[in-house]
Parts: sequence; C-alpha cells; structure tokens
Amino acid sequence: MSTDIATAPVAKAAKLNRIGLEIAPYRGGKTTLCAGCGHNAITERIIDAFYEMGVDPYNVVKFSGIGCSSKSPAYFLEAAHGFNAVHGRMPAVATGAMMANHQLLGIGVSGDGDTASIGMGQFIHLMRRNLPLIYIIEDNGCYGLTKGQFSATADLGSKLKTGVVNDLPAIDTCMLAIELGATFVARSFSGDKKQLSAILKAAISHGGTAMIDVISPCVTFNDHEGSTKSYSYVKDHEELLNDVSFVPFFEDIAIEYDPGTTKEVTMHDGSRLLLSKLPVDYNPSNALDAARRLGESKLRGELLTGIFYVNPTGANFIDLLHLVDEPLNTLPLEQVRPGRQALEELMEELK
Amino acid sequence: MNTDSSRNGGMATNGHTAVNDFNIHVATANGSGSQTSNMVLLRSIFQMGIPVCGKNLFPSNIQGLPTWFTIRVNKDGYIARRERNDILVALNPETAPDDVRKQEPGTIVIYDETLNLNQQRHDLIFYPVPFDKLVKPVCPEAKLRKLVRNMIYDGVLARLLGIEMAEIERALKQQFKKKAKAVQLNFDAAKAGYEFAGENLPKQDLFRVERLNQTQGKIIIDGNSAAAMGSMFAGVTVFTWYPITPSSSVGEALIEYTKRYRLDPQTKQATFAIVQAEDELAAVGMAIGAGWAGARSMTATSGPGISLMAEFVGLAYYAEIPIVIFDIQRVGPSTGLPTRTMQGDILFTAMLSHGDTKHIMLLPSSVEECFTMAGTAFDLTEEFQTPVFVMSDLDLGMNYWMSDPFKYPEQKINRGKVLSAAELERVGKFARYQDIDGDGIPYRTLPGTKHPLAPYFTRGSGHNERAGYSERPEDYKNNMDRLARKFDTARDRVPAPVLEDNAQAEIGIIGYGTSTWAIQESRDWLREHHGIQTSYLRLRAYPFNGDVTHFIRKHRQVYVVEQNRDAQMCSLLKLDLRVEEVAKLRSVLHYDGLPITSNSIVRGIMAYEKDKPTLQPIETVEKILYA
Repeated sequence: MSTDIATAPVAKAAKLNRIGLEIAPYRGGKTTLCAGCGHNAITERIIDAFYEMGVDPYNVVKFSGIGCSSKSPAYFLEAAHGFNAVHGRMPAVATGAMMANHQLLGIGVSGDGDTASIGMGQFIHLMRRNLPLIYIIEDNGCYGLTKGQFSATADLGSKLKTGVVNDLPAIDTCMLAIELGATFVARSFSGDKKQLSAILKAAISHGGTAMIDVISPCVTFNDHEGSTKSYSYVKDHEELLNDVSFVPFFEDIAIEYDPGTTKEVTMHDGSRLLLSKLPVDYNPSNALDAARRLGESKLRGELLTGIFYVNPTGANFIDLLHLVDEPLNTLPLEQVRPGRQALEELMEELK
Repeated sequence: MNTDSSRNGGMATNGHTAVNDFNIHVATANGSGSQTSNMVLLRSIFQMGIPVCGKNLFPSNIQGLPTWFTIRVNKDGYIARRERNDILVALNPETAPDDVRKQEPGTIVIYDETLNLNQQRHDLIFYPVPFDKLVKPVCPEAKLRKLVRNMIYDGVLARLLGIEMAEIERALKQQFKKKAKAVQLNFDAAKAGYEFAGENLPKQDLFRVERLNQTQGKIIIDGNSAAAMGSMFAGVTVFTWYPITPSSSVGEALIEYTKRYRLDPQTKQATFAIVQAEDELAAVGMAIGAGWAGARSMTATSGPGISLMAEFVGLAYYAEIPIVIFDIQRVGPSTGLPTRTMQGDILFTAMLSHGDTKHIMLLPSSVEECFTMAGTAFDLTEEFQTPVFVMSDLDLGMNYWMSDPFKYPEQKINRGKVLSAAELERVGKFARYQDIDGDGIPYRTLPGTKHPLAPYFTRGSGHNERAGYSERPEDYKNNMDRLARKFDTARDRVPAPVLEDNAQAEIGIIGYGTSTWAIQESRDWLREHHGIQTSYLRLRAYPFNGDVTHFIRKHRQVYVVEQNRDAQMCSLLKLDLRVEEVAKLRSVLHYDGLPITSNSIVRGIMAYEKDKPTLQPIETVEKILYA
C-alpha cells in the first residue's frame, strides 16, 4: 500500500493535500457516461478519497474490465497508469501487475455483468486470494453498453423498460465474497456521499482485497418503475447496517463512542474505522454474523448497506509469495540470473 | 518399406549382429513403477557411451491403463522414433497378446512366464521370466514388491545385452539420489533378474551393447525441464500456469529450480512469483498484467489452453504487452489425444485472436533449444512488446533426450524500450504508441514511474499514439500499419533458419521442431539407398526471413515435413511466397499421434520422386496436396 508517505500536516482550507498535491492529478478525463449515471458519482468519491487520504497518485495503478463501469478509471487519477482489460478478467491482470510491483496501490472498477456473469470465475478466485486491491462493483443490474439486458445481480421480479421480468434470483456478490473468505466486504449506494467516502477511505487503508458493491443506478436503462436498482427504489429500501466513520492514520483525533453500539477496527495502515449503531450482537469481524445480517435483511426486502465484514489482520496474497522487498519488475540481472556454478551443478546432475 | 538400418530382425538366423543398434519396447501398466526401471535402463546404456533416446507412449490415465516406453539404442546417433522393435518386454497381461502379434519376425520377447506368450507365435525368440518368484526373496515387504518387480527386466536385459551391472547401480543412485535403501532394494531385484538369466536363459539372439565413447560429458533431460531452466537463467520473475498435459512439468520444474537458485541467500525471500491460476484465461491474464507492469512473465500450456488464451493474446498484441507463452503441443482437435504428440497449433497460434493479429513463434528442435530459446523469447518479447510463443511439443517436452551440456548465457538481457522518470525528464515528451525510431516499436513506461509524463491508459479498444481512446479511421489504420511494420522488423531479429546446403541436391526439405531428427535420418537413407541428395532448411522462427525464399528458389522440389494433417507450416509459408515458389512445395505429413519416423518421411518423398522426377504443373501439385 502507498500510505507509507511521511505524515504532513493535514490540508484544511488549503488547496493542497497532505502530500502537497492539488486535486488535479487525482482527476481524470471527461466522462463519456450518461448524465446522471451513478458511476460518475462514484468517480467523484474516488477522486476525493484518494486526494483526502494523500495517496501518491503515481503509485496507484487502475484496472477495469469491459462495460460502462470499466470506462470510469479513465475519469479519475490521471497521474496513475491504467489498464482496461478484457471482459470479466480484470482480476487476473491486476494479480499479475501487483506481483510485478507489490509496492503499488491497486484499484479495480468492475460492473455487475463484468463481475457476476462473465467474470464470476475470476471474482471468486480474487476473493479467496486476498490480493491487495480495492475492487469496486458499479452495480446497476443491467448491461448498459448493449442497451439494457438484465445482469446476474438483477433482483428476482425486477422489470426491464420493455416489460420483461427477471425470473432468476440475483447473485449477491457481498454474500458470496464473505463465503469465499474476502477480508473486507461492503455495500454502498452511489447517492450516499458520506457513507461511500468513508468506505473508500477504509478500503484504501485495507491490506487485502477490499470488495465494495456500490448500487449505481443506470439512468438510461434501469431507473424506471419496477426496477429494483432505480434511484427511488434504493432510497426507499436502503437500510444502514452501520454508520461508517473513518479516522485516517495521520489524524490524531479522539472520538468518544459507546462501545455497546460502536465497534472500532484498526486498519492495516493504522487508520481507525468506527462502525456505529450496531446491533448489540453484531461483530463486523465475524463472517457468520455478516452473512446472517445480509440474509435476514434480504428476507425483509431491504437493501442493506455498510461495511459487513472486515478482517484487517490476515495475510494477503503478496505476503504468501514471500517476495523480496524490491519490486520484481526492476530486479537487476545479477539478482534474477543464477551464477555459472548453478548451471554447472544442474548439468552435473543430468550427466 | 523399411529404412531402419537394423531392419532385419531375424539376426539369429542370418548371422547379422546388431551391436549398439536396436530398439527396446517395454509394455507395462500405467502406475506400476516402470518409470524407474525404464529410466535406469536408458541411463545405464547411455553411461556406457552409447547414444540413446527414450520415449514414453502413455495413456491419459493415472493407474492401470497400458503404457509403453521405447528406448532406441543407436551407435550412429539417430534418436528419432523407429517404427519396428527388436526387443519387447511384455509385462502387461492386458496388451501382451496384441503386443506380441504386432512384432516383426525375429523380435525377441522377454515376458512374465505366467502369460505363456511363447504359445502364440513361432517366429519370435522368447525368454520367459518368473517375475513373481524372483521378486519375493529380494523384497520381503509385500507392498513394495509391485514397485521393484520391474527392475527384474533391467537385470535380465543387462545379462542378455551385456549392459554392465555397475552402470545399472550408478543409474539407480542417480535416480534415487540419497535414498540408499531404495537403491539397494531395486539393485537386488535387478541382480535377481541378471542371475536368473545367466542360469536359465541361453542367448538365442545377437543383440548386444558394446561400450562406446559417444556420450561423454553429455546430459539426458526432457524439454520441459530444459525450458524451465532456460527461463530461470533468462530471469523470469512471474510464472503463472494452469496444469495441462503435456506442459505441467514446465511449471513443476521451474518451481524446483527457482526454489534452489532464486531465493535471496540472506533473507530466503523469492525473486520470483509462481502462481497456479484457476484456468488458462487467468494464467495468461496474470502473465499479461505482470508483463505490462515490467516483469519478465511467462505461462506454459498446450492446445486447449491456447484456445482459451486467444482473446487475451489479442489484447497483448494490440496493447503491446510482453509475455512469453510456451506451447507444448499435443494432439487436437478438442481434447484430442492429450498424451500424444503433434505439431498441431502452428497455424492457429500464428494468428491467434480475432482481427488482424500475427505473432512471433520460436520453433525449438532440441532440449538445448528449449533452454536457449527461453532466453531468446524473453529478449524478443520485451524488445518487440508483443507475445512470443515457443512451440515445443509433447515429444520434445516430456521425452528424454541426450544433449551437450547447456552453455551459460553470457549476454546481457534486453529489456526493450522502457523509459524511466529520468529519461522522461530528459526527453520531455512521451506518446505510448508513437514510432520514434521507424522500426514500429514504441516506447513504454512502467506503472509506478514517478513522472507526470509517464502514466497512460492501456486498452484493447482503439487508441491513438498517445494511448487515448480513438475510433478515428486514420488513428486505427496508422496503428495497425505500425504493428505490421514492427512484425516486419522482427523478421531479421528472430532466430534464422539452419541451412544444410548440398550443392548437388535438386531436392530441398523444410522442417522444424522435433521432426528434425527423423528428417536427418531420412536424408541419409535417401542418399545411401535411393541416390537422392537433399538440402535441408530447418525453420527456427516465424516470421520467416529471406533465406527461406532463396532456399525454395534454388531447388527443383521442396518437401515440407511436419506432424499434422493440414500442412500448417506449409500453409503459413505459402502466404509469404510467390506463386512459382508455392508450386515447388509439397507436404510430407505424419499425424497418428506418435512421434514422426524417418520411414514415414522416406515413404512420403519417394511416393513423389520415384515416378515424377520433373516439376509438376501447379494444378497437379494442388491436386496432390489437397487430394
């Protein structure tokens, strides 16, 4: 992760962030998505979160698959390299790139089709590997670029503009991620500025895969009556599991809270995550609790949001590879080509 | 017809001795521990200075199905597969009757006496051996007997052929390294066979070995281990793979070698990442991600994996990302014959993926080239920023080949046109896909480069010189033309063909990969027995270069020898040639799943040459080719 930059005074009214950068390098190209698209709001939150966290943008690497969602990395963090991969297979590309240089901070943006249909295999293995990567699903329940067909996260009974009703159950990517051993699982709504910002900052502070499903209505194809991914439906059915507050590691702020209703989690980089208004029996570091809450809210017809599960301590995929400290991509020849005697020894064994 | 120099199997009757020139064919059941006894047999003859080659003809199965191991012993150094056998070791009750039926008269048969094979034919020489009776006293532990039982035939053959028991023991030590108990147990079984043969099996044939000095200093290795070793010395840092026969042992060997030689001596941390992915899509995707971020990355697979990788390879071609792909070709289409060999992915791989794509392919013929071409592939992929395929096959990858020891790579590695922050500062501008040098090869920067000029957005969609999204016709065309220019630049940078020019020859042969060993043997046969002189051009890479055209022009007739049905390399050649050159090409094809033999090549060439000594009109040639 890139948060090892020396702590500087926090920018307040000034236009510079804590590493002395303006917001410009955190921005990207002009969006080509529809006006009012939820994805653009998410882009804004990403820009703000990285800027406010003072992440070095040159140290970030962006990934995406194919679809509307996957265009968005071109619209934020123009100072970072980006890779728009093939449909559903961004996790593999991200895994390779992070192995080549494990000092980078990775962020991937996918969509519900890109993740839950064509990319399901790679999504599953990304979750179980716990690659250090922020993985955002911009989830609108439909395929925008091909003009509005259902995706696998569309809810049972949800209706297309054409009147077609979805007769298959939705895949709940959060439930699945928990089952697969993901170490950070959250759901948010593109219209919830405060919650999404806090979750993104927590994700930046996380040391493994931070999986965030963001309901992001498609204004063109899936924002009508009968859709369960429309702005109005989400607003009516959203249920907060918790209030998410985030205190970055570089801010020394004392916050008083009631331990009965608030749980504090110390993140990988030392930042603090405060999850409040929790039910008494809920523990965000207990995967079974998380799955139960999700399942129960679904039965009630609610759309539960918040950070469902977080485990900041486990080993990530890069840890398991026991790599040298320097990135693999720039190791000098003498470190990657064994000496002459190594070959002689091998040849001798084969004689 | 038969081109084998020791073709007359009835040596016992005609008095022809067969010293250091015969085939041993061992028929066992898969999973019965015959791998050890076969390797020991191979190595012990090799250690006596006699050229050998060992080929596994195995089923797609873990245990129980029939498997054959064939050892060719040849004083002249011919190491291609040979069609006929001289010695059959028949140990698989299931296949024994058929194995015996297929032998040419005069073949000697060593068999488990309970199989009563001697009743089946009267024109073979039978040596019955009571395997179970012999193994019991040397291996008191009943559960180990099955594993050492096969060593008995090593002992019997040692006695009958004159293989020195000290070499059997040495080969066993090599096989089991420090496991002294295993060495002893297996050697005791071999001795039991040796002593039994001495007392009970009077020699009725004339096959034998005699110590030579032709393998001094040589090694025996399989092509996949050689490829792994070559990759390690080429500085591979990321290897991602999905298990598939016959390529899995590339990954397994690389894991073994890198654990030995690529851990930091102080910290024991790795200078490599090896990941077994969830499928070939992920394997190639990871390698592409790593190559993009600047690692020397690689994957290894076989036909079905190549099919799955097609989409991603198109991305790597278009977005210009370095990645090495070893294709250990097996028999297709579809699942095909997963444990048999074929040069079957040539045409598909050359143009893998949709749209206009073409790829650099290297064509190793030997284990030594598996080693060296791994290094060449990494240099080329980084120099040209495009996928590079190394087209090995099952015969090369999984069988055991003699070789001179590999030479330490002396040259520095070529990391290609990568701009650092300091260089960007000096140059003052950067456009990812601009052709600055006129060779079609652009410059790139790596993620994490701390300079405002460095970042760019990589995409498989249309892009302009600055890597910006573009659907403009002129941007698309400029980019595609530059990619074609880059491919042309590669023509003279890839390994050149190896030419064996014969001034008297009207006939040329073009071949590549593992076909080369049978081609060389067939050329000797054509010269000695048909008076036909040939020149030979061995392709080592695609794209082809000018030498190929020149070679075709110089000859009256050119035979393209390869191991597939559809003349894949010949088809690829035709795309580069003029019509008068195309007219000279004829294909000699071998595609039954077994490695190519010299016989099949001589048959193929003689079918044309004996009646048609003059150049055919094009129509006739086409008819013959596509009949």
